[in-house]
Amino acid sequence: MNKYLLYPGCSMESSAKAYMESMNTILEPLDLHFEEIDDWNCCGATEYLGINLIPAYSLIARNLALATKQMHPANGTGGTRTVVAPCSACYLNLAKADHYMNERPSLGEKVNEALAAGGLHYEAGTLDVRHLIDILVYDVGLEKIREAVVHPLTGLKVVPYMGCMLPRPDYQHRWSDHEHPTELDDLLRALGADVIDYPLTTECCGGHMTQIGPETAFELIRRLVADADERGAQMMVTVCPMCQMNVDAYQNEMNNYFGTDYHIPILFFTQLMGLAFGKEPGELGIGVELVSSRNVLAGIGVEVPVTQEPAAPRKKDEGLPMPRRWTKHEGRKEAVK
Amino acid sequence: MTEKIGVYVCHCGSNIAGVVDVEDVAKWAAEKLGHQGVVIARDYKFMCSSLGQELIEKDIKELGLTRVVVAACSPHLHEKTFRIAAQNAGLNPYLVELASIREQVSWVHTDKAVATAKSKAVVSGAVSRVIENAPLEEIKVPINPNTLVVGGGIAGIQSALEIANAGFHVYLVEREPSIGGHMAQFDKTFPTLDCSACILTPRMVEAGTHPNITLLTWSEVVNVAGYVGNFNVTIKKKARFVNEELCTGCGICQEKCPKKVIDDVYEAGLGYRKAVYTPFAQAVPNYPVMDKENCIYFEKGTCKACEKFCPTNAIDFNQQDQLLNIEVGNIILATGYDLFDARRVSNYGYGRLPNVFTSLEFERLSNAAGPTNGNIVLRDGKTVPKSVGIIHCVGSRDRNFNNYCSVICCMQGLKFAHLVHERTGATVYNFYIDMRTAYKAYDEFYQRVLEEGTLFVRGKVAEVTDAARYSNERGKLIVQTEDTLAGKQRRIPVDMVILSSGLQPRHDAKEVGKMFGISCSTDGWFTEKHPKLDPVATMTEGIYIVGCAQGPKDIPSSVAQGAAASARVLDKILQREVALEPIKATVNKEMCSGCRICNGLCPFNAIAFIADDNVSEINPALCQGCGTCVAACPAGAISGTGFSNEQINAQIDGLLMKNLEPVGA
Repeated sequence: MNKYLLYPGCSMESSAKAYMESMNTILEPLDLHFEEIDDWNCCGATEYLGINLIPAYSLIARNLALATKQMHPANGTGGTRTVVAPCSACYLNLAKADHYMNERPSLGEKVNEALAAGGLHYEAGTLDVRHLIDILVYDVGLEKIREAVVHPLTGLKVVPYMGCMLPRPDYQHRWSDHEHPTELDDLLRALGADVIDYPLTTECCGGHMTQIGPETAFELIRRLVADADERGAQMMVTVCPMCQMNVDAYQNEMNNYFGTDYHIPILFFTQLMGLAFGKEPGELGIGVELVSSRNVLAGIGVEVPVTQEPAAPRKKDEGLPMPRRWTKHEGRKEAVK
Repeated sequence: MTEKIGVYVCHCGSNIAGVVDVEDVAKWAAEKLGHQGVVIARDYKFMCSSLGQELIEKDIKELGLTRVVVAACSPHLHEKTFRIAAQNAGLNPYLVELASIREQVSWVHTDKAVATAKSKAVVSGAVSRVIENAPLEEIKVPINPNTLVVGGGIAGIQSALEIANAGFHVYLVEREPSIGGHMAQFDKTFPTLDCSACILTPRMVEAGTHPNITLLTWSEVVNVAGYVGNFNVTIKKKARFVNEELCTGCGICQEKCPKKVIDDVYEAGLGYRKAVYTPFAQAVPNYPVMDKENCIYFEKGTCKACEKFCPTNAIDFNQQDQLLNIEVGNIILATGYDLFDARRVSNYGYGRLPNVFTSLEFERLSNAAGPTNGNIVLRDGKTVPKSVGIIHCVGSRDRNFNNYCSVICCMQGLKFAHLVHERTGATVYNFYIDMRTAYKAYDEFYQRVLEEGTLFVRGKVAEVTDAARYSNERGKLIVQTEDTLAGKQRRIPVDMVILSSGLQPRHDAKEVGKMFGISCSTDGWFTEKHPKLDPVATMTEGIYIVGCAQGPKDIPSSVAQGAAASARVLDKILQREVALEPIKATVNKEMCSGCRICNGLCPFNAIAFIADDNVSEINPALCQGCGTCVAACPAGAISGTGFSNEQINAQIDGLLMKNLEPVGA
């Protein structure tokens, strides 16, 4: 039984609920136990550090300080000085705060001054912040994962999409490579999937550009999806809630924007692990994604139940009539129908 | 007895005088250190000039000086100069001390008052120390006229030939089955486009047949003992499983051998060889070796096809590794380089994308004797590329990998551009950071390649990818790069990418350095005695480094350095004996507890443990006087001649500021 502390992060409870659900199903087969950090708060996502440095770091460090309260004497390999952050942005933020508080004592002092107001304190370097896939590949090991597979994903053509936030800047030197990490490839291969080498594995999904400059985001999403499609992939597999949301939720809009017709579902690696471990799609949050994976999964004999209620019909547009269009021959024309 | 000490403060032009008030230092030494025996203190513009030296000699003769302190540069630079000057005037050279007020004072300080005060302290320390110095005599040892050259690339071959032609014996040891090194793999050599094999093989043959050269290929040095003039070297001659006496080099065994293996060494992984093989047709010596790892007989106990067909019965499966002991006076290391592993730069896709090649792979590709008979084709073995991108500085000048410039890759890239252009008519792009074409006729070659129409893009390539974004990129490799001259990003689709990989120290350079008692720089290259004035000798007497073992360089420089080291070796041999520095460590047997801490620390393996007496003993001929053991001995049983406790304590005592007025803060 390997115990770890868990920092879920906000997206795991909302947009990436499927990630959380599927993660919970694979813990037991792999003999993992995650203990959630009590009273955790948002890590500031990708924006806050760009706006207000000290408060942003304090916001992150509060979680680290709370985690230290829950630390137990290390037991075996993992121990509980390890905080697992399944969301890439959370992982990066927690690791970054720890790293910079260690590197710049003045930052640590200021942050701890802020934390003291809540009766908290964090000593940089106390915790080890790691991503879920890091735990699975390096602590649990591919051998054990292979043993837990009861329904291999044979014939499922996938591209592994790591996203940009895991392997760079890699404060703790955890990844096999910064430009082309292979942890996700190895993991999916262990599940029996047909892994296609994906050169864009660490390219940007658009991040929050979907909110600020959708055209930019659409282009970035198009590159990802088009390349996956071209390589004959049936689905993309990701480790990051943000990547999943952008590629999934904006694929339709992107298709409209470019006049393309891509249909590449994107799932979390934990969902595929769950399938391989013989779990039901329903308990893995499969079926809630917007670009449906139903047809793809049918190809490997997985039946996705219909969980979604049909969308309510759109209300009729009850706007006011528009004035007639003006033409140059105002005197000789009729109303444009 | 009271000593008569002369203190000489050097201006070193403005090097010292610009920061230190040298006149004040001299005046202070004469006034304040008189009680210690300073009878004269002078300052002079250039102490190391002949006039400066004469000044010291004159004072020794006329004033009867018994000790000399020169406050000038580092002892590394001019200690010898002043010691010889003292010797000429009849004073034992070891009664001269150098106080470094340049490297340790004027070069690192800007405040004149502080620098002057520190100079006084350094001078005062040197004066206190020189009083404790004892006259020493140099030790002379005879020199063995044989030389060992390790590594049979072009630098090693050149070194060996120079010495052999001068009439002395050379042992040339090479790890691979044949001499020739990396140069034997190349097709053409820049900037003249001479065929590499055509200019190298005559030298190889000469080295192979020279009466004064003992060629030991498929061999490695396993142990080195002794010291300059008298090295005792153990060489492991790996079993070839071919009897050299009987083999005629006819090649039938290679023809008949059923086992095909990818040749990672000579063919850079692009071609095949057999389990019994000579790496290339012009190999010297020309008898093959059996690769035990891949031979079917060694694996399964059957086959022996080579033995059956050998017309002279030269195949001998019972051959064993042999250990040879040789005595040599000097050693030249020409161990060469490894190519930077381009797989480490994952964004260039080498190892993932089939049509990304390394420079060494391309050398074999373009070589008429290579796997494709010199046809430049893609990895499928038949398609001729229509566009080729050559990326410079792969792994070099890169803070993530090697900081240094690998010297040859720019010219190599230009050479490739020319060869591709000449043989395929393809469009060639060179992606460079800076174009470095120094040396004779190199820039003219650059001009020539420019005129041929090769395109040059200045900027570090970000990535090579096969993820097409636009229709013209389908099925191509896209080089994504910044164009710093146009100030924009470019995506250039090409059929083939060649990575001009940098050079790296040999993977085992550190162990080899340790075996020969020399050190490596932070980058891993062997460290020379002086980067400018002695680039072939090392800090260990009698060990020389040439070619790429010392740092990245091209063929002309390697050859020149090989010859230069030989000149140094011949100079040593012809002197018949060598003077060893008398600065040695000695063990006081009374105090030694036999803890053996010093044994493992000695970088020159000079300390032996005498089990019968339970004490350690230092071989004075091997000891280089580095002082490591002196500092490490917990009992204080080891003392260094010229660095006794009395001397060091006196120097510290003199350095302390008690002699000085405080500097106005």
